[in-house]
Order: sequence, then structure tokens, then C-alpha cells
Amino acid sequence: MKDADRLAGRPPLVLLVPALAGLAFLVLPLAGLLVRAPWSTLGTRLMQDQVLDALRLSLVTATLATVLCLLFGVPLAWMLARVPFRGVRLVRALVTVPLVLPPVVGGVALLLVLGRRGLVGGWLDEAFGITFPFTTAGVVLAETFVAMPFLVISVEGALRAADLRYEEAAATLGAGRWTIFHRVTLPLVAPGVAAGAVLCWARALGEFGATITFAGNFPGRTQTMPLAVYLALETDPQAAIVLSLVLLAVAVIVLAALRDRWMTTS
Amino acid sequence: MSEADRGARGLEARLVVRRGAFDLDLALTAAPGEVVALLGPNGAGKSTALRALAGLVAMAGGHIRVDGDDLRPLPPDRRRIGMVFQDYLLFPHLSALENVAFGPRCQGAGRRAARRRAAEWLERVGLAEFASARPRALSGGQAQRVALARALAVDPGLLLLDEPLAALDVHTRMDVRAALRRHLAGFGGAAVLVTHDPLDAMVLADRIVVIEGGRLVQEGTPAEVARRPRTGYVARLVGLNLYRGRAEAGTVTIEDGTGTVEDGAATLDTVDSLEGEVFLAFAPSAVALYRTRPDGSPRNLWRARVAAIERHGDRARVRLAGPPFDAVAEVTPAAVAELQLSEGSMIWAAVKATETHVYPA
Repeated sequence: MKDADRLAGRPPLVLLVPALAGLAFLVLPLAGLLVRAPWSTLGTRLMQDQVLDALRLSLVTATLATVLCLLFGVPLAWMLARVPFRGVRLVRALVTVPLVLPPVVGGVALLLVLGRRGLVGGWLDEAFGITFPFTTAGVVLAETFVAMPFLVISVEGALRAADLRYEEAAATLGAGRWTIFHRVTLPLVAPGVAAGAVLCWARALGEFGATITFAGNFPGRTQTMPLAVYLALETDPQAAIVLSLVLLAVAVIVLAALRDRWMTTS
Repeated sequence: MSEADRGARGLEARLVVRRGAFDLDLALTAAPGEVVALLGPNGAGKSTALRALAGLVAMAGGHIRVDGDDLRPLPPDRRRIGMVFQDYLLFPHLSALENVAFGPRCQGAGRRAARRRAAEWLERVGLAEFASARPRALSGGQAQRVALARALAVDPGLLLLDEPLAALDVHTRMDVRAALRRHLAGFGGAAVLVTHDPLDAMVLADRIVVIEGGRLVQEGTPAEVARRPRTGYVARLVGLNLYRGRAEAGTVTIEDGTGTVEDGAATLDTVDSLEGEVFLAFAPSAVALYRTRPDGSPRNLWRARVAAIERHGDRARVRLAGPPFDAVAEVTPAAVAELQLSEGSMIWAAVKATETHVYPA
């Protein structure tokens, strides 16, 4: 292995220079955020009502969106992984569409369906008086829409990797399909579900495009952190930096939570 | 036990499973308290048969009656069958106690009643102190006992064991085999054991069913199977040379033989008086080897080519290739040296008529 080691130890400049440039490009903006942060007034700025409102709203909506994703996404992932039906590939592709779709397009699409005059929204408004656009519930829906694929993909992967024979063992012990699911399958894929939920939550927390399109930008009701950052950039750049720092901190925490899963590739 | 009783109690099944080119068609019975071993080479359909009994593979035909009830229409969870899997499949997220309590819980027992029953079973397999241990903290032998306790805790009418000792190393295997034998003796229902190890089958089973290519090829007590193998696979397992042929006046003409150096026909003389289609078996140790044609010529003498020489314990196994037929001889390593045996060399081989064993085909 001596030769291989020597090869690995001396990278050619053609690769080294762009590699370092790429790294700098990724890291420098974050460093800039830290350098330009108004550290002296950080405490008082964080305690401003508008910041606290946005932070609270973000945490609440991202958490609710994650709960919705779990409630609907785990069964969906199970269907995709375990039920052989015609068109399973198509369904899987459809599930991943929000992943690649520009979020603002997702917002427009949600408006067309759930808007006051939308396909379903009109009926909901007439029959029950329920409207989603420009409400906190609308924020949750927008976040759920963009975040669900993360959960479904993560959980489906875990389900596919799980050893089906444990479920057979449970069946021979007298467990029905629901018992097998919640007492054997779910605990076996718990790490995958947890990772999916964390990813999902992080994605919901950072949601901007679909939220502002579908739910608008009303402080205290639909103005989440990313929206507050965008607005503050126009009026109070220092506040924008502070809000950004908070989101950066959350991102670092999420990464730390997932490190066992993702950072240990060797 | 009469045939009528057998239909009413214990296992009475005909398993028909088709999967692509492979098909299994096996009639299987096991009386209450009887342990039946399914023995066969890889791909013979042993595990498929077991999975069909458990309801884990769909059957194309047949029936499965346990104590008179037909289980075939029932899903696995309604069959009241205990199954020990090859690598045990203990639920990794549950403790040993919770693993054993899983079955009783599924059968509707309350949490405390299920745990009490599980504790009793762990006690019975001698693992009471490991109740709170996770499966990954258990040794192979311990995991096997937890798996057995888990299967028995559902009070099954039929116990299925899929290669229960295959995952263990040689030393553990002996102890666990003895313990398993005790537990099986204490089990009142029918038990079906799948193995490819003849020793497991001989020690654990009351009756051996040999399957090859999805079909029953031989059935009998371990002693019968060991003494009178009916296929090459079983003969190799129990270490005998086996031939099929026609007996006439004490001489057996080997079916696949192709003529001896002696007289142009592959025949062996015996002391049995059977006539017609027979099996003829003799032990490798009954074969004597000579460098030159022996004087006083024993009657069963043939010239053979040495195909291979293998170590077998403290003896050497010499594979002899035909014509007239293939055979295995067992000699001491000293004899190998003395006879200057090497692969490809030609020697004389002889078997006394009294050392052959002939039985009807």
C-alpha cells in the first residue's frame, strides 16, 4: 500500500487550487456573517419583539410541519418501500418533485389549490369557512409541502435496508400487520425516521419561497425567520445579520445531531 | 401410533410450493412429542418446506393439519406456530425478556402476565439473569436459547427450527445441541427441524426425512438412515460407499458400473440372499488396498485409479475412480506411504463379501 499512500499524499495543483477555492467560497460568507455581526448589541437585538415573534413562529411552524410530515410521510414511505403496486416508480418521482421544484412555484401551486378561489380552497371556504392563505396554518402547509420529500426519502431508504425477516419472526409470534409495524418495523427504522425528521425540520425552518408566496409576510402571523431576514435587510441590515446568525446556529446544531449518520463515511 | 391417530394429533401435511423452476412436493407427518429432521443438501427445499409450514411462503397446493385443524388458509400470525430462525432474529431493540414476552403479548396476554411468562421461560432455558440484556450483548449460544424460549412461550402446537445450530462455533455447538435436545424432549407438540448437518439430525431427531430436489428420498429413524442410505447424498453424509444394482444368487451387478479389469462386469459378491433391485453399501474402512495383485485373491477385487487423497481425522481417505465404479477407501497415513499412493496411480482394491451390506431398493 506504500505506493497508493504516496499517490494519495501529493495531490496535483490542478485539483488542489480549485478545491481550496471551492472550500473558501463555501466558508467565507459564513465567516463574513460572524465578522460583521454586531456582537455588542447582539443580546438586545435578539430580545426585540419582532425577532422573538419571528423566532417563535418559525420554531412552532417548523415543528408542526415536521409532525405533519411524520404523520403522512412515514405511511407514504412504507407504501413505497413495502407495497408492490403498479406505478410505484411514478409515485416515487412525484414525491420527490417538491425537492427540485423552485419553492416559489410550490407556493403558487398551493395557492391555486388551497387559495380562497382554488380547487379545494374554495370548497373549504364555503363549506367550513376554512382559509389557508395568509394564515399561520398556511405557513405550516407551505413548509410541509417542501419538507415532506426529505422525510419520505430518508424513511423509505431505512425501510428498504431493514431486514424483512424480523417482521416474519414477529408474524410467527402472532403479531398482526399493525403490531408488526409499530412494535418491530418502526423501532428498527427509528434512526432513519429521526434523521428524516431532523432534516425535514431544518428544511421547514429555512423555508422562504413557498411561504412568502402562499402565506404572505405578516409579522407575528406568517413572518418566519427567513422572511424576517429578507425584510430586515431593506430596513435594518444589522438585524438581518443577527437573525441570520440564529439560523446558522440552528444549522450547525442540526449537523451535529446528524453527524453519526452522515459524517462517518469511513 | 396408528395412522388414524396420526391424522388427528400432531402434524399431518402435504406441502406443494412452486417457485420458478423449483418445486417442492412433500408429505410430512410428526406425532405429538416427535422431532422430525428435514435433512438435505442446499437448495433441496428444506427451508422452503419450513417456511410453508409457518405461512411465510404461499402454497400451490396441499394442506397443513396440526391437531386436526387446517392451517393453510390462516396467515402466519394466526397459526400458533413457534419458529426458531437460523440466526435467531431476536428483536435488537428489545431486551431478552421483552423478546420472549412478545408472543404472549400478541396473543392477548396483559403486559404483566406476558412478562411473568417470559421470565419463567428464560428461567427454564437457564438465562434468568440475562432478562434485561439486549440481544447484541448475548453470546451465540445464549441468543439461541432466548430464541427457543421466545418460540416456546407462545405455547405452539408445532415447533419449527431452521438450522438452529448453524450459526454457532464448534465448541458452543456441542453444549447447545445437548441443551436443545433436553428442551425438545420436554416439548409436547410436534417439532420439525431443518438441518444439513447429519450429526444434528442424528442427535436431535426421532425420525429423519431426507429431501433432495423438493422430493422425499428417504425416511426413517436415524439408525436406519445411517445404516441403509438410499441416495448418494445420504451415503456421503454418513460416510458409506453406496451402489444400486441387481442381486442374483449372492452377486450384485452394479447399475452404473462399466466393467472390471477382471471379467468385464461391475459385480460384487455378498453374503446376503436377496434377489432383485438392491442397494449395496460398505464402509470406506472395509476397503483394502494393494500395490500389486494380492495372492489368494479375495473375491471382490478390482483395479482402480487413485483420484484424490484427503486427510480425514487421523486417517487418510483415498478416492478411487472407476471403472468399474467410484469408491472411497479409508487407510492409515502409514499405508499411504507404504503403498506409495499418489493421485493418478493405479492400485488394487478389495472388499470382503462379509463387509458388504445389501438391502432392498
